[in-house]
Amino acid sequence: MRQPGGPRQQRRHTPKANLSDLYQRAFKEALGKLNPKIMIRNPVMFLVWVGTLITAVLTLNPNIFGVTETSAVFNGLVTLILLFTVLFANFAEAVAEGRGRAQADALRSTQTKTYAQRILADGSMEMVSSADLRRGDRVKVKAGDMIPADGEVLDGVASVDESAITGESAPVLKEPNSDVASSVTGGTRIISDELIIRVTADPGKGFIDRMIALVEGAERSKTPNEIALTVLLAVLTLVFLIVVATLPPPANYINSPVGITLLISLLVALIPTTIGGLLSAIGIAGMDRVAQFNVVATSGRAVEACGDINTLVLDKTGTITLGNRLAEEFIPVNGHSRAEVAAIALAASIFDTTPEGKSIVRLAEGMGATLDFDRQKAEGVEFSARTRMSGTDLPDGGEARKGAVDAIRGFVRSRGGQAPEDLGRAYERVSNLGGTPLAVCKDDDIYGVIYLKDIIKPGIQERFDQLRRMGVRTIMLTGDNRITAAVIAKEAGVDEFIAEATPEDKIQVIQQEQAAGKLVAMTGDGTNDAPALAQANVGLAMNSGTQAAKEAANMVDLDSDPTKLIDLVTIGKQLLITRGALTTFSLANDIAKYFAIIPAMFASAGIGSLNIMGLHSPQSAVLSALIYNALIIPALIPLALRGVKFRPLSANSLLQRNILVYGFGGIIAPFVAIKVIDLGISAF
Amino acid sequence: MIQDLIVGIRSTLVLWVLTAFIYPAVILIIGQVAFPYQANGSLITNSEGQVLGSALIGQTFTSDQYFWGRPSVINYSEGDDAAPTGLSGATNLAPDNPDLLERIGTEVERLKTAETQPVADLVYTSGSGLDPHISPAAAQAQIRRVAAARSLAPDQLQMLISKYTDGRFLGIFGEPGVNVLKLNLALDNQ
Amino acid sequence: MLQGCVQIALTLAILVAIVPFFGRYMAQVFSGQSTRLGAIARPIERVLFAGAGVAAKRPMTGTQYISAVLMSNLVMGAFVFLILMTQERLPFNSTGLSAPSWDLALHTAISFVTNTNQQHYSGETTYTYFSQVGALGFLMFTSAATGIAVAIAFIRGLTGQAIGNFYQDLVLSITRILLPISLVGAIALLIAGVPETLGAPVQATTPEGALQWIARGPVAHFEIIKELGENGGGFFGINSAHPFENPNNFTNLLETVIMMIIPASLIITYGIMAGNPKQGWLIFWMVFGLYAILSAIAAIGEFWGNPLVNNVLGDIQPNLEGKETRFGWALTALWAVSTTGTMCGAVNGMHDSLMAPGGFVTLANLFLQIIWGGQGTGTAYLFVFLVLAVFLTGLMVGRTPEFLGRKIEKREIVLASLILLIHPIAILLPSAITLAFPETLSNISNPGFHGISQVAYEYASAAANNGSGFEGLGDNTLWWNLSTSFSLIAGRYVPIIALILLADGMTRKQSVPETNGTLRTDTVLFTGVTAGVIIILGALTFLPILVLGPVAEAFNLG
Repeated sequence: MRQPGGPRQQRRHTPKANLSDLYQRAFKEALGKLNPKIMIRNPVMFLVWVGTLITAVLTLNPNIFGVTETSAVFNGLVTLILLFTVLFANFAEAVAEGRGRAQADALRSTQTKTYAQRILADGSMEMVSSADLRRGDRVKVKAGDMIPADGEVLDGVASVDESAITGESAPVLKEPNSDVASSVTGGTRIISDELIIRVTADPGKGFIDRMIALVEGAERSKTPNEIALTVLLAVLTLVFLIVVATLPPPANYINSPVGITLLISLLVALIPTTIGGLLSAIGIAGMDRVAQFNVVATSGRAVEACGDINTLVLDKTGTITLGNRLAEEFIPVNGHSRAEVAAIALAASIFDTTPEGKSIVRLAEGMGATLDFDRQKAEGVEFSARTRMSGTDLPDGGEARKGAVDAIRGFVRSRGGQAPEDLGRAYERVSNLGGTPLAVCKDDDIYGVIYLKDIIKPGIQERFDQLRRMGVRTIMLTGDNRITAAVIAKEAGVDEFIAEATPEDKIQVIQQEQAAGKLVAMTGDGTNDAPALAQANVGLAMNSGTQAAKEAANMVDLDSDPTKLIDLVTIGKQLLITRGALTTFSLANDIAKYFAIIPAMFASAGIGSLNIMGLHSPQSAVLSALIYNALIIPALIPLALRGVKFRPLSANSLLQRNILVYGFGGIIAPFVAIKVIDLGISAF
Repeated sequence: MIQDLIVGIRSTLVLWVLTAFIYPAVILIIGQVAFPYQANGSLITNSEGQVLGSALIGQTFTSDQYFWGRPSVINYSEGDDAAPTGLSGATNLAPDNPDLLERIGTEVERLKTAETQPVADLVYTSGSGLDPHISPAAAQAQIRRVAAARSLAPDQLQMLISKYTDGRFLGIFGEPGVNVLKLNLALDNQ
Repeated sequence: MLQGCVQIALTLAILVAIVPFFGRYMAQVFSGQSTRLGAIARPIERVLFAGAGVAAKRPMTGTQYISAVLMSNLVMGAFVFLILMTQERLPFNSTGLSAPSWDLALHTAISFVTNTNQQHYSGETTYTYFSQVGALGFLMFTSAATGIAVAIAFIRGLTGQAIGNFYQDLVLSITRILLPISLVGAIALLIAGVPETLGAPVQATTPEGALQWIARGPVAHFEIIKELGENGGGFFGINSAHPFENPNNFTNLLETVIMMIIPASLIITYGIMAGNPKQGWLIFWMVFGLYAILSAIAAIGEFWGNPLVNNVLGDIQPNLEGKETRFGWALTALWAVSTTGTMCGAVNGMHDSLMAPGGFVTLANLFLQIIWGGQGTGTAYLFVFLVLAVFLTGLMVGRTPEFLGRKIEKREIVLASLILLIHPIAILLPSAITLAFPETLSNISNPGFHGISQVAYEYASAAANNGSGFEGLGDNTLWWNLSTSFSLIAGRYVPIIALILLADGMTRKQSVPETNGTLRTDTVLFTGVTAGVIIILGALTFLPILVLGPVAEAFNLG
């Protein structure tokens, strides 16, 4: 597995979106979105748009509906402000979409049409366009070719440049039948050797296509919380529509009739235009943020679910610790010397190409150990999950093995030997250091223990701390023994761990947690992770992982960095917080707007004392409230796009903070702003 | 649906028997047997057994010989309008209703002509139209008039007033009130 | 002033002292625990269940529950309508009353079956003793019990239990709560002077020689359930201001407290049944706080009196128009706030004649419907506001909102919003129609801003199932009877259906364990936010009508 190149935030995320003419384009689109067919999708803003049209008619002929108290000039000003209110909301959505589209365009540029050699049933080749490839087709690519579609390596070993999607310049090795290296992504380039690939996605259905669709908002379906919020906003809008529509009879009854323009003004001021105008922008921006993190999500629902996660199930290796354990020390047992252990360890590891194996060789050779047999005549014994050991069959018939301590113990016993007394002590010593002990033996004799050192990723502890404060529990899964697992768990600060875990344990843990009503997220890359990825509420597959894993997951990380799951939790929460905060702000604003407009509407009813802001005149009061109502939308666009800053605090302290800022702020801010606008207006 | 209807009808019947027959019957029997005075309306009768009124219900008094009660929009359920059921009622005038001010103006005039200091409860109509009480202040305001008409010493009236004043419940709840009917009956019996 | 404040404070203190015991008692009753009354009540219940043909132990699904509520209420309403229409031929008609108009009888039946007891008539002159006892008194028990049953089902649903059997809760509400308290209370009222007789009105000859007709009747048993069940329909036209309904300050105190104990205690019952008494108390104190503030506003308004009248009197005197001497300004104001808060609707003074602050407070109570709230339903509305507060605050802490460990999703918001929506529809729409034709429809008795209050109050009272009124309004007309019937039904059954569906949905949700990321709803902060949500959502909807009614009245009077 490739190492992530330095802290994530410093890494360059390609492709870089081109944002140069974003705002000009967005403004043009804002006009285009005035089309009633598009407007009706947002009931709140649609109502404002209908109001605008009515006031426009009233500007041309103020008496068209019979009595009206307001002049054509006033009606014209109201029309203008309402029009801008609608435009600002459209603009917000267009900016968010534009940013998404820019991202998508950049992605699409990697997706130039290529040609590929398709292998026919009879083994012959034909040259086809990548657009004609179908799922299940086999293609052959060689150095210099663009990989035409997402696929699975069937044959060959080659290095591939995936910088187009990950921004990582170091080439990656691809080979068949590997959990971490067998899948390739369309649009990446093979730079050495050749591969035979089975295509796993039809054209337009590959990862990049999915990512484009997501960030463009084309397939954006509303998330559950967004739907619930939309319902609430629609009902509030309906309530205010009733409130305003039923106002004329009582107003007429007390001989204080109200013109249509004023009624529309009141309605627009009361309905939640701020959140209504920004809601879709918040959603699109949320998807965009996920994409910027180089994660492909299959749905917005999955992103939202990230915010709800109760439990993270994490593999130790690659997520909590750096991928590779390194041999740190040889500990002799049973009276053997350190040099003897080194020699046997070297013998047992000479065919081991894993980083661990190589590090053992390096350590042994550093201590001066050499091979005392002909490598050509010896034979490697591969590691398997069943035997849990690997080794070398020596030319002289001897068997050098290294592996899990109890596996070796069993092996020695099967050869008629006994485990030495001090083996346990060595095992414990290594475990207590948080290392992985590997026993080394030859035939029936255990020589010693190799201390494989695990390196916990820097900064991981603080992240788990944050998660805990947010109420997210972490469970570490590891193949290590209990003691080692406990030490690492303690050091990294995870809440729980499962030692000596098998892939089946993973799915069991997830099911257990879910049975308790929790939402679980996990990462995985291997084929045997696929069921667990599918079972989890949020399954994040590594792009380097197998096709099976990627298809089972609902998100794929193009950088193959499992710690990203933690960031996704934050993004999901931020999405909800932004919606909640702006809704609260929007509703709280109504108080001030009431105090501006109601006294102005019924100025003749002797309720002047309600004009607590001391606004200049009824007209200026209404205009000020409407101008505030319009301007607050663009003012909040940056916040909607960026999202409310998320702090890893407990729910209560978070609420306290956000209520203070958006609740009380929402009550006070419009009083100040409307007064200031009124002072500005009355200066004319 | 039919099943629901049947259950609805049956439960209506059994609950009716419990709450609209047994329960009121029990209270009625207890009332008539154990507390007949209260149960029948706390009626005040004279020696011939003629009903003079109820200790709980006020009456109209206009003569200078009597203490006056509060204004009543239904004339204390007296006269032909009240027959045969009896009445209760209030003006339901809002504070800003010109009729209220007009009526209160008339009331104040009437009291001033009778040389009685207008006290709030003597100018505002009561809630029930049957209020048996006036405030002690309202009674005080009338002492001079009644004393003059009956040629009694004000001190004597003072004593009767305190005798027929219902105090606050537990000395805390509500306002003290002078029972006008009882007071006037006591005056007649002097 | 001080004397009045002490009276109000002590009354509230008595309420606070009773609530924990009564709340726990109701929790025991509805969780099937044994209580001391059980030994007496159980045989009666067995007879009732057998008679009704109810398998009381079998829990109902949401739709079964709704069907049972609607069907039983329909039968009861029709039964009562029938009695009212045939009262002329039924017994105990000592004053020879004929049948009321069909629309009045219909309005009366709907009004009583919905626990509203809005009266477009005067009891003594319209309905016979049989109608009052056999029809209206009957509904006073069942409509109150229906409300309690729904509240209990709702609480069960919220806390993840099965919602239970409607008929079982209906019967238990009567046999364990309403009837025992009524028995004791009725005897207490009887001793204190409230009549209980089948005798005809008495003719008295006053010392000045006038003929007085003294209405009486079987009042004591009726009066107590009227307050306890938050029914509010007076035996006499003038309700609890009548000296026979409320003769002294002992009865007044008893009636004031008893009208609040069920809705106030149900909040505590909820806390106990949810296993979180702390939350129950926090909500209790939130409502108590709002109630105390509103009481203070109303009381101060009455204490300072009517400035126009004070000018005439040359002195600052309390507003006593439509008030009884024995209750005074303080206890009449407190009653007005309590009766509109609890949806009781009984009055011991005339709301139409309250000063503008009192009008504002009583209207606001009807609009908010949760300052104690109706028998059962008020507590449920309170939780609807809690659900909405949870939704907003839940989003603000970045999680799918959850209440008592259950997620608040689209379905819950749709149902909660429906409840939010029905109130403006049932109040503002008919008010606007009525005010659009003031000459033909409204029958307003007080001019100016107060007229708007009269109309809005009548519909608010109907929609909130309160029943009190700005009684100057000439409301026994075809239009008023039918249009308020719409508000009565919409305000009662739409929310009940929504509440049961909401509760039923919640029972089937898997509960989410509580973590650090869970927003706790039993904190002062969250309770404060809930109060804000209640005030903002309530005030924003009804502020214009409040401004045109009592607020404008206040500014123009002063």
